Amino acid sequence: MLVKQVSIFLENRPGTLDEALKILKDANINMEGLALADTSEFGVMRIIVDKPDEAKQAMKSAGYTSIVNEVIAVELQPEVGYLAGVVKKISSAGVNIEYMYAAPSKDSAAKMIIKTDDAEKAQEALK
Amino acid sequence: MIWNETKECMSRDELAAMQGKRLQKQVERIYHNVEFYRKKMQQAGVEPADIETVEDIVKLPFTTYEDLRNNYPYGLLAVPRQEIVRVHASSGTTGKPKVLCYTRRDIDIWSECVARAMSMAGITRDDIIQVGYGYGLFTGGLGAHYGAENLGAMVIPMSTGNTKKLIDMMIDCEVTAIACTPSYLLHVAEALEEQELVDKVKLKCAVCGAEPWTDAMRDQIEKRLNIKAYDIYGLTEIMGPGVACDCGYHKGLHIFEDHFLPEIIDPDTLEEKAHGELGELCITTLTKEGMPLLRYRTRDLTSLEYGQCECGRTMARIQRFKGRSDDMLVIRGVNVFPSQVEHALLTVAGTTPNYFITVDRVNNNDTFDVAIEVEERFFSDEIRKLEKLRSDVEDAIHQTVGIKAKVKLVEPNALPHSEGKTKHVEDKRKLS
Ligand SMILES: [Zn+2]
Repeated sequence: MLVKQVSIFLENRPGTLDEALKILKDANINMEGLALADTSEFGVMRIIVDKPDEAKQAMKSAGYTSIVNEVIAVELQPEVGYLAGVVKKISSAGVNIEYMYAAPSKDSAAKMIIKTDDAEKAQEALK
Repeated sequence: MIWNETKECMSRDELAAMQGKRLQKQVERIYHNVEFYRKKMQQAGVEPADIETVEDIVKLPFTTYEDLRNNYPYGLLAVPRQEIVRVHASSGTTGKPKVLCYTRRDIDIWSECVARAMSMAGITRDDIIQVGYGYGLFTGGLGAHYGAENLGAMVIPMSTGNTKKLIDMMIDCEVTAIACTPSYLLHVAEALEEQELVDKVKLKCAVCGAEPWTDAMRDQIEKRLNIKAYDIYGLTEIMGPGVACDCGYHKGLHIFEDHFLPEIIDPDTLEEKAHGELGELCITTLTKEGMPLLRYRTRDLTSLEYGQCECGRTMARIQRFKGRSDDMLVIRGVNVFPSQVEHALLTVAGTTPNYFITVDRVNNNDTFDVAIEVEERFFSDEIRKLEKLRSDVEDAIHQTVGIKAKVKLVEPNALPHSEGKTKHVEDKRKLS
């Protein structure tokens, strides 16, 4: 399925992550998944939250640049090679995976968040 | 050695008379051949007949770099296009270069001026000189080259970009003089020291220019290479290097007043400043044929010293430059305008985000850093795309400005926000 992901631009300096997380907490945003990607100078914090649009608004009011876009979420099944199978289906469809990360969930199975260069086609391949 | 003693040491009265005559003739020619100036003079209510002596210069209109840009490329030509034998260009504010046209006689006078300058540095036909300025649209390479040839020295046209080869040839060919930017010469000195080759070098003098430098840099160059270093000044709009140069007494740069009439004005009121006072340097080209300029505003802040120099020359001396009267930056010898950076950002991001330029000098090299605030419009959740944006901006700046900048992506509000354009720039280089 497709879920909304919030991505936030952060500079690579001490304290930025703390600050960003505090803003989300103060806005009562519940986080289900988080992945950081960075270079030596900047990073992108990607999060899966219960209220993505509110999260974006909170970040914006605090002066951060963020965007909301759709990514694929796949519920992980407890069987060997399940994730490998998912990846294979996507790549066989000629779709590139930009990045992926795990989002644990407290009341259901953990999810794999996958960003591809063609979400629709990837969805099709996973059906 | 004085290359042209008759001119360089003529009495101030003789000089003023000569300047008056040349100015009269030049204005007459410009008025009839250049529509832009004719209109400007008509607006100012001045006719060629009003110009009788050199003092009448104040009646004439000024020329700015915007005028050059607006008349790109041939609008200011004062001769038929066929008379032009050479074109040079310097970077402008919006990416379009300022094009400057030279007749054969203009090239000859330029070569004469550079020969005078190199003679001040003690260079003669016995010398072997490496020209380490870029050859091309930039005036440095070809300007120094023709001047040195005119002098009769043996010229090695190194151009820029290959320090190893420059050092090899410097040693193998027993090079005795070099013309390049002072920061590049320090870079060469460093390379020579690293390889313990300083003793193998026969260099005795350097003529450095194309960027502002300090006495401290001169000291370093002279001590580390055991040579004498001289400061040569020029600007493409007027001619190129060789408008002025300092003699062995280092009391300012002698400007060749028989060809270039200098004035110091108040950049705000445009009024003439008293002798010795600080202001903006304006230059009128007295003999230039191809693209003569009246009272060209260089934006360089300085003062002029008219007393005779110990070297015997009577030509006025330009004192240490105090900066620019506008926001133009000179980085690694290249004119850089914040508006060029804006232009580059616009082409890449489709919008001009808030940006900040920091210029500094680290290990005698100019650093040029551009920070850009990441806006939603061009933000991406993919690092790859952000990195691409960053390198695309770097490429665009390189293309527009001509030199490389280090681009950094920063959070919104990380940079000062202000109304004035000058707040986009911090020049940390100390030029005291
Ligand atoms: Zn002198």
